Amino acid sequence: MTDIMQDVQAASEQPIEPRRVRVRSWKLPITLGAATLLLALLFLVAPRPGNANFRLAGGPSAIQLGDIAVPAMPAAWVSVLIMALIAAWSVAVAVAYRRLPIWATLIFAVIGVFGFLAWSGSEHLVPVVSLFAGTLSLSVPLVFGGLGGVIGERVGVVNVAIEGQLLFGAFSAAILSSITDNAFVGLIGAMIGGVLVSLVLAVFAIKYLVEQVIVGVVLNVLVMGLTTFLYGIVLVPNEEALNRATTFSSWPIPVLSEIPVIGAVLFNQTFIVYLMYVAVALVTWGLFRTRWGLRLRAVGEHPQAADTVGIRVNPTRFWNVTLAGAIAGLGGAYFTLVSVPQFGENMTAGLGFIALATVIFGQWHPVKAALAGLLFAFADQLQRLLVVFGTPIPSEFMLMLPYLVTVLAVAGFVGKSRAPAASGKPYIKG
Amino acid sequence: MSEHTSASAPEAPRGNRILREILRGNVVTTILAFVVAFVVGGILIAATSVDVRTALGYFAARPGDTFAAIWDAISGGYTALFRGAIYNDRQDSFAAGIGSLTKSIGYAAPLIAAGLGVALAFRVGMFNIGAQGQIIFGAAFAALTTFRMDLPWPVQILMTLIGAVVGGAIWAGIVGLLKAKTGAHEVILTIMFNYIAVHLVTWMVSTSGVLQKTGSNQPISDPTPAAGIYPDLLGARYPALDWGFVVVIVAAVFVWWLIERSSLGMRMRAVGENPHAARAAGINVERIYVYAMLFAGGLAGLAASQQIQGAVTSGFTSAIDAGFGFDAITVALLGRSRAFGTVAAGLLFGALKAGSYSMQGSEHIPVDIVLVVQAVVVLFVAAPPLVRTIFFLPKSDDEKRARRNAKQAKKAVAR
Repeated sequence: MTDIMQDVQAASEQPIEPRRVRVRSWKLPITLGAATLLLALLFLVAPRPGNANFRLAGGPSAIQLGDIAVPAMPAAWVSVLIMALIAAWSVAVAVAYRRLPIWATLIFAVIGVFGFLAWSGSEHLVPVVSLFAGTLSLSVPLVFGGLGGVIGERVGVVNVAIEGQLLFGAFSAAILSSITDNAFVGLIGAMIGGVLVSLVLAVFAIKYLVEQVIVGVVLNVLVMGLTTFLYGIVLVPNEEALNRATTFSSWPIPVLSEIPVIGAVLFNQTFIVYLMYVAVALVTWGLFRTRWGLRLRAVGEHPQAADTVGIRVNPTRFWNVTLAGAIAGLGGAYFTLVSVPQFGENMTAGLGFIALATVIFGQWHPVKAALAGLLFAFADQLQRLLVVFGTPIPSEFMLMLPYLVTVLAVAGFVGKSRAPAASGKPYIKG
Repeated sequence: MSEHTSASAPEAPRGNRILREILRGNVVTTILAFVVAFVVGGILIAATSVDVRTALGYFAARPGDTFAAIWDAISGGYTALFRGAIYNDRQDSFAAGIGSLTKSIGYAAPLIAAGLGVALAFRVGMFNIGAQGQIIFGAAFAALTTFRMDLPWPVQILMTLIGAVVGGAIWAGIVGLLKAKTGAHEVILTIMFNYIAVHLVTWMVSTSGVLQKTGSNQPISDPTPAAGIYPDLLGARYPALDWGFVVVIVAAVFVWWLIERSSLGMRMRAVGENPHAARAAGINVERIYVYAMLFAGGLAGLAASQQIQGAVTSGFTSAIDAGFGFDAITVALLGRSRAFGTVAAGLLFGALKAGSYSMQGSEHIPVDIVLVVQAVVVLFVAAPPLVRTIFFLPKSDDEKRARRNAKQAKKAVAR
């Protein structure tokens, strides 16, 4: 310790002048302003008279709230006004070299969504409960995939193969669930599927030092080819025996699901959603509060230092990548054990890549990544709802919404993010 | 002293190390990787063959039957692959038999073009997963701007080609600009722009007055004007091979010149090696990112032109990319991100694609087996140590040096 102090003193013969770097960022004001203008333009061009009925009832709760009728256009314009105020504030803040507090951005987003819903849902029912419950359900593959990605990158292995892990998880879950007629066995099958893919990733990335992004990309192709091949030649001829998965049914939690709205959204779900709550909490606690997490992060940030204090770098990486594969595989179970009781070729349809985006968008933090997954799932649910409402916007543009939101979020709000320092670097033990 | 300076320079980010990885390796490991891939493919074919399973049922009684069935399944599959990809000996004449090869080259043309785009971005240290979206938007942009021009024969070809290239460049250029201006990760952006392109073009081809075929309710575009279709290179006998392939080869030579010989290419490679060092040397790194994406998108647009002016001339949908966008990534990886390497890899994968259809037609083996073979090839090409272990080859100097360097790095930390 004293050695280091002397070193520092020797190095700094001249007094150090504290310097402040002031950054003026126009990204957020531009994003907020553009969003406000777009909405205002939409409301101006296509006004929709009438009331939007927000339905709060739903779920098994004994107490059911009534509908709330919101006059569409006034609500829309009030929302635009509030959004414009926040956007103006963000400009003022940027001029003063400061940053807008995060809650203001959040309020902006919530108000924006509310105004948009009120406008698009005029003369229609807005089923609040099913909108949010559907969001939670759809976020399952994204959140599990994101958690797998976060663990992988935190330990220093980039996991581009989330898509492959989801797909193989879905595949093996369907087969095992069909053979045993038991969804829980299917869930274990999903974990095995994810682990198999991540084992290949681990062997090639850690033992054979292949660039991890390459392995990931190639593994996605491999899994896609393999599952489609086996689907065509094994599953289709034996559909009765091998591709009739037993699914999870909705499983309300006794007391909690009685709470109006919140209970119906959060606690009237399938087993796999509850597992998701637990997984996010456990991984977050484990990463930042346990010896396992500390070692994991040390290996991902500075493997040489970790090795010097006696942590075995490559075994730590190997087992944690395997764990990450198991978690990502669980997400794959959503496709065949919740969504559709059957495996279909390429049924993950790129959600694994979205999960990869949530990892970066969520700044390698499990909770933030989960929130990013929820955001994407919400945008997707919203799009489905809007198709029902029959807005003047073509449905294809609605389908773009989740991806546009992600682009906006990545380019406008997050920008440059910093990965764990040693993420993607193989470690050769000296 | 020199060690000190090198340690304090910021290390190049991940994309730049990918590049170094791709450039490593040699011909021997590539060939051996193919051997491994075909063995894996053979195992898959044998394991899923019905004949093999029936023979296994009485394995104890007559084990010879099982081996004969395995041999039949594998040799049948790979013979069909060869017939579909290179030369079909069942045709009457050599001229008819060699038609398979022209089909392979026809499939290779868009693969090479899109692969060049991915490879070029790799050399600048960027991971362009967006070839799919760039192809789709390139096709739509070409159709929007040039299909109704009604130009004479050679001019229409040129204009539609330019339209496709410009369209692809626009789509990729947006990503390049966003990356340069906001620092957003190009992997996320290109993936998202793939989906956006799919939905945008779906809307275009299903909206009359935009791109939808006149007098049709189907989500399909107008057919390519007859004057805009590439003429066949070797006559009407080989419809799969057209002059588009020549354009692609010219593009490959251009990419080689751009990267290896031009001053812009020098700057691109500098950014690819280490952007921090490039910035210190006075290179505008952000601008190079935009240029690289423009070129990459333009090349993907060239792939789109191959599709709409050669393979799919009766009108297209948002599936016009036909999976070439993602195949392009593996092509670029196998071609080690070099122009002519990409050409060779594209020809190989084109042959596999052509052969896979013949495998499915005559042996009922799903075409997806080719995806498995391609993936295994790239995986093993990228892992020379593994190939050397499997085939008992000696360790390379690189591996020894890496271990030595690691030892020193650890000592430095311990101090």
